[in-house]
Amino acid sequence: MNNFQYSRASDVADAIRLLAADPGAKLIAGGTNLIDLMKENVERPSRLIDISRLPLRDVEETADGGLRIGALVPNSDLAYHPLIEQRYPLLASAILAGASAQLRNMASVGGNLMQRTRCPYFYDTTTPCNKRSPGTGCSALDGLNRNHAILGTSNSCIATNPSDMSVALAALGALVHIARPSGQRTIALTDFHRLPEDKPHLDTNLGSGEIIIAIELPPHGFARNYSYLKIRDRLSYAFALVSVAAAVDLEGNAISEARLALGGVAHKPWRSLEAEAALRGQAATPDHFGRAADLLLQGATARSHNGFKIDLARRAVVRALMQAASATPQSQAHKKIA
Amino acid sequence: MNAYVGTPTSRVDGRAKVTGAAKYAGEFAADGLLHGFVVEASIARGRVARLDTSEALKVKGVVDVLTHEHRPPLADKDEAWKDEVAPEKGSPFRPLYDERVKFNGQPIALVVAEDWEIAKFAATRVRVEYEQEAFSTDLESERGKAEKVDQPHKPRGDAAAALTRAAVRHEADYVIPTEHHNPMELFATTAVWNGSGGLTVYDKTQGVQNVQKFLCSVFGKEPDDIRVISPYVGGAFGSGLRPQHQVVLATLAALALKRSVRVVLTRQQMYGLGYRPMTIERVALGAKPDGTLDAITHEAIAVTSRYEDFSRNDTGWAEQLYKSPNSNFSHKLVDLDVSTPSDMRAPGAATGVCALECAMDELAVALKLDPVELRLRCYSDRDQSQSLPYTSKQLRECYARGAEAFGWSRRNPAPRSMRDGKELVGWGMATGVWEALQMPVAVRIVLTANGHAEVSCAASDIGTGTYTIVAQVAADALGLPIENISVRLADSTLPQAPVEGGSWMAASSAHAVLGAAEEIRWELARLAKAMPGSPLADLDAADVTLTDGMIASSDGRGAAVSIADVMRHSKLERIEKEKLNQFAEDKSHARNTHSAVFAEVKIDEELGIIRVTRIVNAVAAGRILNTKTGRSQIMGGVVWGIGMALHEETVMDHRFGRIMNANIAEYHIPVNADVHDIDVIFVDEPDERINRLGIKGLGEIGIVGVPAAIANAVYHATGKRIRRFPITLDKLLE
Repeated sequence: MNNFQYSRASDVADAIRLLAADPGAKLIAGGTNLIDLMKENVERPSRLIDISRLPLRDVEETADGGLRIGALVPNSDLAYHPLIEQRYPLLASAILAGASAQLRNMASVGGNLMQRTRCPYFYDTTTPCNKRSPGTGCSALDGLNRNHAILGTSNSCIATNPSDMSVALAALGALVHIARPSGQRTIALTDFHRLPEDKPHLDTNLGSGEIIIAIELPPHGFARNYSYLKIRDRLSYAFALVSVAAAVDLEGNAISEARLALGGVAHKPWRSLEAEAALRGQAATPDHFGRAADLLLQGATARSHNGFKIDLARRAVVRALMQAASATPQSQAHKKIA
Repeated sequence: MNAYVGTPTSRVDGRAKVTGAAKYAGEFAADGLLHGFVVEASIARGRVARLDTSEALKVKGVVDVLTHEHRPPLADKDEAWKDEVAPEKGSPFRPLYDERVKFNGQPIALVVAEDWEIAKFAATRVRVEYEQEAFSTDLESERGKAEKVDQPHKPRGDAAAALTRAAVRHEADYVIPTEHHNPMELFATTAVWNGSGGLTVYDKTQGVQNVQKFLCSVFGKEPDDIRVISPYVGGAFGSGLRPQHQVVLATLAALALKRSVRVVLTRQQMYGLGYRPMTIERVALGAKPDGTLDAITHEAIAVTSRYEDFSRNDTGWAEQLYKSPNSNFSHKLVDLDVSTPSDMRAPGAATGVCALECAMDELAVALKLDPVELRLRCYSDRDQSQSLPYTSKQLRECYARGAEAFGWSRRNPAPRSMRDGKELVGWGMATGVWEALQMPVAVRIVLTANGHAEVSCAASDIGTGTYTIVAQVAADALGLPIENISVRLADSTLPQAPVEGGSWMAASSAHAVLGAAEEIRWELARLAKAMPGSPLADLDAADVTLTDGMIASSDGRGAAVSIADVMRHSKLERIEKEKLNQFAEDKSHARNTHSAVFAEVKIDEELGIIRVTRIVNAVAAGRILNTKTGRSQIMGGVVWGIGMALHEETVMDHRFGRIMNANIAEYHIPVNADVHDIDVIFVDEPDERINRLGIKGLGEIGIVGVPAAIANAVYHATGKRIRRFPITLDKLLE
């Protein structure tokens, strides 16, 4: 770990000012990912700006019936918040599918959006990695890539975003509220993370001097028919090979609205409006789910070791939609995939 | 005399461990303690061309940076570096010895600072330039360069001819990847400088006397100069059998700086220590139509380093288990640019028996025989390698008891025939086997007049329960309540013990306790007889027992004198006896433990997710000293077997020769969610020949057979035979 300066921001404006004053500065809240990366010398911030005491811990109802979640709400508080459990159980489930209880207690909502890839080459400073050291090359392209991206990849990077929470947020159509030196802006969660293209060192579209202050959920939470299905190499405490956030509205057996997002397959949560549109008006059957999965996975490409993820993702989408349609969501506590 | 032996006695050190009172190697304090951080090589092979420590030395708080160019003298002969479990052939690795880089992750410098974080930071300021050389770390691409090593099992008959004529034949490769121990406790050493050139070294190790002798020979010290202590070990599983890098480096720094120094390896750095070597196991079985074997060949090709030949018995286990007139075994090594492998729970057997038992399952399918029935038809009452009977072998009973508890008779033999909702159900089984070894161990007992006894021995307790079984045996042998026994272990100044490994410590330490307790009893009997009017006057020492604080006649006529009275009368505050126990050599019998493992898996047919929902492990291992700690030990082995079957794999990028999952987030072991019902059955196995107490040891047997039972259950569930471990879902979906 490098030496760094430590500042505690007194308010959001102060944090923005401190960020602007030091281009090597990083914000720290729960620190569950940043400190790991600092220990590995992957992140070498010149200054840590501690925002953990800023008053961004509220979960409030918005005028239109949605929810506004402060950026510093701990992941576990959010997962067990009564309004989330009742109205957005897909989000609660996705959060509980990730990490461990201890990590969820520390990790913040904003920090979860900012967590970085688990690509082993990104973590190992002795190997080339365009994300860590732009221009050095991507070791995963022709190396160990069993758990790398199959969608939206580039020749510079095939890393995945490891967040579970973001996958549910993408499906739910969440917004990200950002404070910046010149005021505030709001972008869709699906526009928050980037694809790698030729700049894989940039994970997100967050500009310099910008801070996430809140996440906003739209009023409709798909509380009846949803499922978050995470497939991994052991039943808990592992990153997703593939995860699916699925939600539908049903009229009888017909789908009136559908949401579908994939995790563990791309540099960002992967959502396809086309796939969702294809489900609208259709009966909730495995065939229709399979067709939606095909649309969602359109353009998927594999490298040497991750070809299985394409087929696995398709199967997982069908299963998650079945679980959602039958109102039997995947439990994150049972020792079994239902 | 069996108030404690054979009972579920709770761990005598349990409270100290759960309250934090138990101190581990990295927790001992010392005045002016310095902290060392290891700088590692980032190439697999070559030499350090330039090592610039100037920037690191400028960091405030850094005291020194030790390198091969800047260090106190180290022994220059291989013999000095050979610890008691070093491979016979080879030249042991010498940390910071010269500029050669032999494996990626090799220590090449030690930054010593006033604070651990400062040392760690300064380590990033050490500049290293290498001259790289061509290297290889890939067993499969180098398979053709494998060279045969000597193994004890000689060919019998003509296996090749028998295979050719066999009515039913099965032959396949089974591939088991490199695996790492990942003990919970990090490797750590606190070397305390005692001012006059001597050191007290607190080390994480499975053998304090091994480390003590090693340090003396490496650093040219006299035995009195270095004392090694390791009261508690947070898991080791074989990784602590040999002295590890950190103990050399901490000692080196303490001697260089004449200060106390602690070195703790990081989790990542521990992947530069030993490991279970990747092995390609080729098994060929030839059977007659009646399901008896006519031929067995088993060839293992395993990884070793370029500087030492590490090999274990992977291939000979069929000699113990299955009758076959023709057999041939061979073990081959491939030298790669990696660190030397090491023992890891049931070394050789965990891998070799896995392959053998998968192959037996495949043969059972080919013969259309029940897998248990095949094993019974091939059952060997003798160890065929030297045609010896066993001191005891209740393996038949293991099959019977295990099958009954599991409900094996309800198994439909057809693959994919059993279901539970979306899940395919598979039932598989396998045999386990390990050796029942015993080693010379000495124990000292000090009995005090207040009826307390201190039992001491240099043996380690690596979490297996040695403290507890030593206390149990001593309490029974001395006739005292267990609360009156205190046990001291793992100090190199205590009576002799070998490294704790190979499942030999239970039998070895227990009989050493018996031997010392016997000397105490003789002494007490002598003193008691000498008392005026003694009711024991006409008895020999052999005719008295110690019970309830009394010296009593064994014939039950009630003659007795209290120990306290005898000692008071003899004006003795304490009686001290030390005894080295050696087991008489007996080449007339084979000594083994056995098990039958039954596994149930449930596999999501569409998604390939495997759950091990039930394991029954029926173990025959002589007398079980402590059914509680013994059961825990078998359960631990079973959980590890689940990991071996489904999760564990050290993944290397051969372009860099680097391990790419050197942390316990990405190196997967089973978590609670992966573990369901585990039923441990101890089959009664009286053994009056092996040793007085009939003990065989339990350290390894719990894992052996488990991965194969699971792999066989996966086949039964899915009809897919996965021969490359671990069995991950992508292999099932292929």
